[in-house]
Amino acid sequence: MIRDPIREGLAAGWKVTDAAALDRDLALEADVAIVGTGAGGGVTAEILAAAGLDVVLIEEGALRSSSDFRMLEAEAYPQLYQESAARKTLDKAITILQGRCVGGSTTVNWTSSFRTPDATLDWWRARFGLADLGPAALAPWFERIEARLGIGPWTVPPNENNALLARGAAKLGIATEAIRRNVTGCWNLGYCGMGCPTNAKRSMLVTTIPAALARGARLVCNARAERLALRGARASELECAALDPRGVRPAGPRIRVRARHYVLSAGAIGTPALLLRSGAPDPHRTLGRRTFLHPTVVSAAVMPQRVDGYAGAPQTIYSDHFLERGSIDGPIGFKLEAPPLHPVLFGMTLPGFGVAHADAMGSFARTHVLIALLRDGFHPQSEGGNVGLRADGSPALAYPLTPFVWDGVRRALAAMAEIQFAAGATAVLPVHERAQAFASWAKAKEAIAALPLEPLATRVVSAHVMGGCGMADAPARGVVDGLGRHFQLGNVSVHDGSVFPTSLGANPQLSIYALAARNATLLAGRLKAGS
Amino acid sequence: MTARRRFLKFGLAGAVLLAAAGAVRAQRNYRAADGRAPLEALTEADREVLAAVTPAILAGTAAAGATGDAGLAAAIGSVDRAVAGLPPHLQAEVRQLLALLASWPGRRWVAGVGAPWAVASREEVTAFLERWRFSRWALLQQGYQALHDLVLAAWYARPDSWPAIGYPGPPEVR
Repeated sequence: MIRDPIREGLAAGWKVTDAAALDRDLALEADVAIVGTGAGGGVTAEILAAAGLDVVLIEEGALRSSSDFRMLEAEAYPQLYQESAARKTLDKAITILQGRCVGGSTTVNWTSSFRTPDATLDWWRARFGLADLGPAALAPWFERIEARLGIGPWTVPPNENNALLARGAAKLGIATEAIRRNVTGCWNLGYCGMGCPTNAKRSMLVTTIPAALARGARLVCNARAERLALRGARASELECAALDPRGVRPAGPRIRVRARHYVLSAGAIGTPALLLRSGAPDPHRTLGRRTFLHPTVVSAAVMPQRVDGYAGAPQTIYSDHFLERGSIDGPIGFKLEAPPLHPVLFGMTLPGFGVAHADAMGSFARTHVLIALLRDGFHPQSEGGNVGLRADGSPALAYPLTPFVWDGVRRALAAMAEIQFAAGATAVLPVHERAQAFASWAKAKEAIAALPLEPLATRVVSAHVMGGCGMADAPARGVVDGLGRHFQLGNVSVHDGSVFPTSLGANPQLSIYALAARNATLLAGRLKAGS
Repeated sequence: MTARRRFLKFGLAGAVLLAAAGAVRAQRNYRAADGRAPLEALTEADREVLAAVTPAILAGTAAAGATGDAGLAAAIGSVDRAVAGLPPHLQAEVRQLLALLASWPGRRWVAGVGAPWAVASREEVTAFLERWRFSRWALLQQGYQALHDLVLAAWYARPDSWPAIGYPGPPEVR
């Protein structure tokens, strides 16, 4: 029997309110209101609560835990993801995977743990004046989080899907490395994306949130933060709507939180949208701008042997070869990883329909998939996207796929196909409406060079939304300073992936954790000093 | 907020094409009289469109084989439940798309399907899907991809789809 620390905590008297069950309005007061319980909000809650501050957490998603995690896509996507995992950019060309549940994306991510690359931090120092965020200054924060979340080498042999990346790349002289993971006692199941059923993943759900709740923090879930009421240069109240049990529509009751300080950790789409709905000052038109995605393209290969890409830890091998071979501000580079494969997500990703689609699905167990994550935000032609609001106030991201990005997509599709043939693939399908499964590297190379790369025809996905409330040394270049403090609103901070002034060139969870730990610690000091 | 203005303009461009759908929006949810499961998010007219489109998308799968009509009905029921869980703006888009297809002008002039959905041939429906898939109009490509994703997700979420693809289902952990 696997222990469920959430159900135990609830039984022990944690102060958790399911807003979907409210029958009247709720008014709360606290030292700090935190919007969101993902990587930024979770770490912040633990640190502020440990400092003796009274914390209220507002979460749009539901509280679900290991007893609920049955490793079924039909349950996981609607229950744990933004927009049932069907969130897309405005033109519908990019599918965006983000968590919406207690623990946020950390509850459903694939456990990949990278420190912020030095080259990225160097760029931020040179271009955004973030002199205090050098590798040496951040090292203690990375170490602290790595210890807290069990981040370390994964010593179990990679599953076949990842081993194929290592073997194919080695044949071509391309270096690969092992990915560190935030797990303790992992069963190597491969269902990280549907909520860890064994609590091995050290997500916010089973680490920082329980720690904060054990210290008396309050959590309100199924509650959507709609806007901050502003008075002068300060926020005076956070206004939230209780959602129906499915989390689709407001159910009626309102939740109002008055706090000394407000920390926004709603993610790089949710946080800019909350500030836009609040009418936050934006004198330099920086809010919601420079939103980055690591636009990701997919290559599916059929192998002679079983791959069973659904089984075993996902993403344990990576290659930065195509990030490191060029300069950071040159043609767009990309990181290679090997994702988990499950029937629904793979079935939606494969183009076409009818017998051709069914035939391709027939090779599911022998299918090996690579993804290339493009490093956006470092070139004048890579300014990212904009978060805006629909008429109903919900957020939407417009992200133009420019010729600069498509150039990288073409190189990435070719690089993945070459590696997959080197690993022994009998056929490779670059995931594109007009591509076919090619039987040799020569044929694939020729076809990829001629492929019309356009939105919607080329399958593009993202699980890494970054930016929109960028950090900088001056208001003209960003929304918050290097400590996450909003430039215009004195009692508002941003602790999440929206503060990154570019993409990272690495999976973001550890960067968000470390920066949130640093900025929450400093915030606690300021609040305790009464300033 | 220029970003917001831009979004509204995009919405209007879509609305011009979808205006034809307005005529049929009136026939909203009524309880099926023939004992079929009631719908949560979709209308009976939507179900008729899906009943024609789903077999074309799932051709070659077990849904179209041994389990026959029952498999297809189950897949359509799954689509309905999936739509009910989407945020309001996405539900509205899906319903607009299906209402457009259910309308006579939408079916005849936008989808290019001459026969009513209930009697349209598999070839006619397949040709419509291929036209939209490779259309030069983004809105039609989006419409095709929405049908693709809804139907295939609903089908491959079902355990009865798994044996044919060699997926054993999730492991036992308790």
